[in-house]
Amino acid sequence: MSERTLMGGNIAIGEGALLAGCQAYFGYPITPQNDLLELMARRMPELGRVFLQTESELAAINMVYGAAAVGFRAMTSTSSPGFSLQQEGISYMAGAEMPAVIVNIMRAGPGLGNIGGAQGDYMQCTRGGGHGDYYLITLTPSTVQEMMDLTMLAFELADKYRNPVLVIADGFLGQAMEPVIIREKVKKLPEKKWALTGAKGRPKNLVNSFEMNPIDHPRRIKLLLEKFERMRVHEVRYEGLNLDDADIVLVAYGSAARSAITAMNMARKNKLRVGLVRPITVFPFPYQPLADLAERGCKFVVAEMSGGQMIEDVRMAVGNQNEIKLANSYGGVPLEADTIFEAIDILM
Amino acid sequence: MSNVEKPDYENVIFARPGIMVDRSTHFCPGCGHGIIQRLVGEALDDLKLHERAICIGSIGCTVTAYEYYKVDGMEAAHGRAPAVATAIKRCRPELVPFSIQGDGDLASIGTAEIVHAAARGEKITIIFANNATYGMTGGQLAPTTLMGMYTSSTPDGRNAAQSGFPIRVSEMLATLDGPAYIARVAVNSPANVRKAGKAINLAFRTQLAGLGFAMVEVLSMCPINWKVEPVNALEWMAKNMIPQFPLGEFKVLPAVAALKKADKE
Repeated sequence: MSERTLMGGNIAIGEGALLAGCQAYFGYPITPQNDLLELMARRMPELGRVFLQTESELAAINMVYGAAAVGFRAMTSTSSPGFSLQQEGISYMAGAEMPAVIVNIMRAGPGLGNIGGAQGDYMQCTRGGGHGDYYLITLTPSTVQEMMDLTMLAFELADKYRNPVLVIADGFLGQAMEPVIIREKVKKLPEKKWALTGAKGRPKNLVNSFEMNPIDHPRRIKLLLEKFERMRVHEVRYEGLNLDDADIVLVAYGSAARSAITAMNMARKNKLRVGLVRPITVFPFPYQPLADLAERGCKFVVAEMSGGQMIEDVRMAVGNQNEIKLANSYGGVPLEADTIFEAIDILM
Repeated sequence: MSNVEKPDYENVIFARPGIMVDRSTHFCPGCGHGIIQRLVGEALDDLKLHERAICIGSIGCTVTAYEYYKVDGMEAAHGRAPAVATAIKRCRPELVPFSIQGDGDLASIGTAEIVHAAARGEKITIIFANNATYGMTGGQLAPTTLMGMYTSSTPDGRNAAQSGFPIRVSEMLATLDGPAYIARVAVNSPANVRKAGKAINLAFRTQLAGLGFAMVEVLSMCPINWKVEPVNALEWMAKNMIPQFPLGEFKVLPAVAALKKADKE
């Protein structure tokens, strides 16, 4: 029994969160994700759940931290400048192993930049982003359906690993309208024995990242690093299209992947053997599939809406033997399929 | 199973509150924080909050406050305890979140969080330990540092042209409609310690009664960074600090006053 309905990208994230059992939402208005905050303002209280518009993104992330600590499925959403502010709280949550979902509907930076969609936060998202040794599983929807599905997955993965999980998209995708199949509601939330629920009938629980004694801290970090390694082994997700005979492989995620698919289809019409690797997780990044394609002698076009950030991961996967071209847009403008097609043309 | 051992009350006339862990603290000699932590412990014991209290450690000298109580605890980032406490209370209203925040934490980096938690009337309890300096980092200028006071970052003494003026947080927050109870107390004499204990107890009862935001500012000694002998710090506070930060109640909603009155009867 699945219902099909027309939905906006940001709204699909919110509805996905509700289906996944999100119990608390904290957020601060920032374009281009305000419709998500407004949806939660209406829907969360309707469902008897916690909604609060906060005084800042900083307060929002620290409230998410508090809500996570008492065992609630908690979430915030923001856009790039707000996401920068939230790095403090995200680092604390990673250190204290608190699960939560953070949505970043990216806009162009640096600074105030422009409210147009962009993918310039790639490095910040895939390298932890805040201070210290940590990583976050980073999911990159490229359709409105995936906005819903990956948000739901984000809550599962956050609880599975006791770590914050990012869902990143951009302003264009946030405003896209597409048909969506409404998923089944998550019925049973995982038990959290570590949660702060009052020290009743058990020793007290403690949520912290602090080790007073320098001898203890490396041990804690080692456990975290082992966890991130498990993510690298088990959580790589990507979609491969037309790879069997591909001479040229496009690599793109999110909105840019949609343009890349158009460019790939243009190329195929011209009898050019072009395929696509679309990372669905950018941490962990699909290094191995790209390395395998490099081994086969493929050339690569990295299509992204930034000055060229993901291309560094592709270079790391591919090595120095194979040609890699960047086809990009930046400053808050969409990446045109023509731009990607030109890069394919040059490589041919 | 209870985490709380019951002292032999019949023969003991003064004991560590049962809710407190039997361990030494990390506080410096003559520091007021130990007294404050104890007063909080007494309130938690008195109100039987062993299974409901959540101690939120704030950054500064109270960072490990949660180590000293047998209740659930967590650490907040510098200045963010009111935001964390807000979420805890809104998610699980049966819990009793509280934090002991220093003056750097609350009155400098955390001004947005404390002002908005107070303005929203969050049903949380904040103990604001004001010692007019950054104790943990070595005695730098704080938002509460007195005019002319020497600190490690005001080597010539605080002057207004360089560093402006001290912030009176209790008076400032009392202008808001959200708070239910705001008081300033001190721990520099037995009489003041007794009053401080009562105010802290009332701040917890304000939360328990669901009356709104409660904060008790506690003037606390920091002899190490004030560079005075511990015993002289008591007098130093009376002479220098209390005139700048007068003791008293700044906001008492009628419902809180009723709680207090019931207390006396």
